[in-house]
Amino acid sequence: MRIAVASGKGGTGKTTIAANLAKVASRDGRRVVYVDCDVEEPNGHLFLKPSIENRRLVGRPVPSVDLSRCTHCGKCSEICQFSAIVTIRDKVLIYPELCHGCGGCLLVCPEQAISEVSREIGLLETGMAGSIQFVHGMLNVGEVMSPPLIREVKAAAPDGDLVIIDCPPGTSCPVIESVREADFVLMVTEPTPFGLNDLTLAVEMVRALQLPCGIVINRAGLGDRGVCEYCADERLPILGEIADDRRIAEAYSRGELACQAVDGYDIIFGKLLADVVLQEAVPRN
Amino acid sequence: MPQELVVISGKGGTGKTSLVASFAALADKAVVADCDVDAADLHLVLQPTILKRTQFSGGKRARIIRESCTGCAKCLTVCRSHAIGRDRDAGDGRTTFHVDPIACEGCGVCVWFCPVKAIEFAPAINGEWFISETRFGPMVHAKLGIAEENSGKLVTIVRSQAKALAEEKQLEFVLIDGSPGIGCPVIASITGADLVLIVTEPTVSGEHDLGRAAELAQHFGIPTMVCVNKWDLNPEMSARIESRSRERGLQIAGRVRYDRSVVDAQVNRKPLVEYVSNDCASDVRRIWETVARALRALSETPAHDRA
Repeated sequence: MRIAVASGKGGTGKTTIAANLAKVASRDGRRVVYVDCDVEEPNGHLFLKPSIENRRLVGRPVPSVDLSRCTHCGKCSEICQFSAIVTIRDKVLIYPELCHGCGGCLLVCPEQAISEVSREIGLLETGMAGSIQFVHGMLNVGEVMSPPLIREVKAAAPDGDLVIIDCPPGTSCPVIESVREADFVLMVTEPTPFGLNDLTLAVEMVRALQLPCGIVINRAGLGDRGVCEYCADERLPILGEIADDRRIAEAYSRGELACQAVDGYDIIFGKLLADVVLQEAVPRN
Repeated sequence: MPQELVVISGKGGTGKTSLVASFAALADKAVVADCDVDAADLHLVLQPTILKRTQFSGGKRARIIRESCTGCAKCLTVCRSHAIGRDRDAGDGRTTFHVDPIACEGCGVCVWFCPVKAIEFAPAINGEWFISETRFGPMVHAKLGIAEENSGKLVTIVRSQAKALAEEKQLEFVLIDGSPGIGCPVIASITGADLVLIVTEPTVSGEHDLGRAAELAQHFGIPTMVCVNKWDLNPEMSARIESRSRERGLQIAGRVRYDRSVVDAQVNRKPLVEYVSNDCASDVRRIWETVARALRALSETPAHDRA
């Protein structure tokens, strides 16, 4: 089962939930894979503390022009929707940061003067955190496009009984890339107006992608009743509530997992895991 | 020229929006801009009245006209976004193709190569942006459509509109609420800004993500300040974050203590400093004074002498 842990709003506890679930699942002898798709700000390694066994640079394809063959016909700049390749008189200007890697310029060039080179966008690391197989990516600072790296991170993840995908916040391209192909999206929210507003947007997003989802309320007891009322109205299953407990916040601040550092939370996360896994058996229409 | 302050964090949920809402209440002459366009929350507190709404198109999107499609599969072979799907026999025995609008990046390669010109390529509506009025002054904000892309372009529009408004009304500051992360929307919200304020928290993730956000701001040569929110959650780590920040040339804007009134203010849809006068609100006031002073000093410094 592939579970994507997402949220809309940042800082609601995606990594806390994802890392604790991975830890309690690994104790039952399951083959657990933890995939950190928040390549802009990956944090899972701070809690699972994996030993990294493999490390490689990831690039994405951008065009390169052989000027000896180029006739400056301008077809490449005509097909490019992103102004990433521009022909002016005797020059071809390439703006790799704007390139989406669609390959259109390559296909359209009548002189076959365009080839592709790899532009480095980040780092991919894999390793083991106890018995958990760990994968994450780290986007180069200053790089605009994270989805190509997220794709590589997902592709590098081995198969397992349980694959947990820690997603970036928000509702746009990086999140969509991360949750795609998941069997279930676990949405982490907090019971505040900001939490509710961003949960609503994230739920609309997973519904547009036709993915099943359920809710975990983190810092329960804080704020107001808005999130609970919304979940009831929308018939969204609340699969668990994690209390607003200063002991969890303090364990988190030190990089410790609540299921190991705070009494009783191994049982709470174990129960949440069982409820999430049961969702696979829920029939979909 | 109005001075642009951008509040970012790297890690989400450190308190950017709560802080910007209070800054909006404290600044006399400012335009507020919410550049977290795919999870905007500032409007929940500032409760703007929308004066003008404009549709946003960040690019085009392909659509296959089934009647014209001959099923040759050329589109499928040229599309790298995995956006082309096959429709086997939609009732008339023909196999045709369709474009998944969520996967389509609008590159137009399928449109170019379709031998029977069966693919439409019209501007997509990816969202909407608003010029509004709040009780604290003008506000520019936006809503990205569900599962849409091009958030960076929408951020650029929101910023440029906010700046134009500040110039027109001769306001001193543009206060920008940024998004988490360090990718496309964050880069679009900070490039060319006058000052970045990074809000962090004393946790291993807060510290880690602050490092990458600061690197990004410095990569673009923007003067950067740091503030530690909920500092008393881990005083030793707060002190370490501040000293390391100073070492890397970042200024410290101040600390905010952990207090439940921050969430109470949000629940009551008010900026903290308007909702309550307590020690936590005083922390925020002091930070605004420090940041405003820094912005005014920067306005007297030529751009090439900064950072």
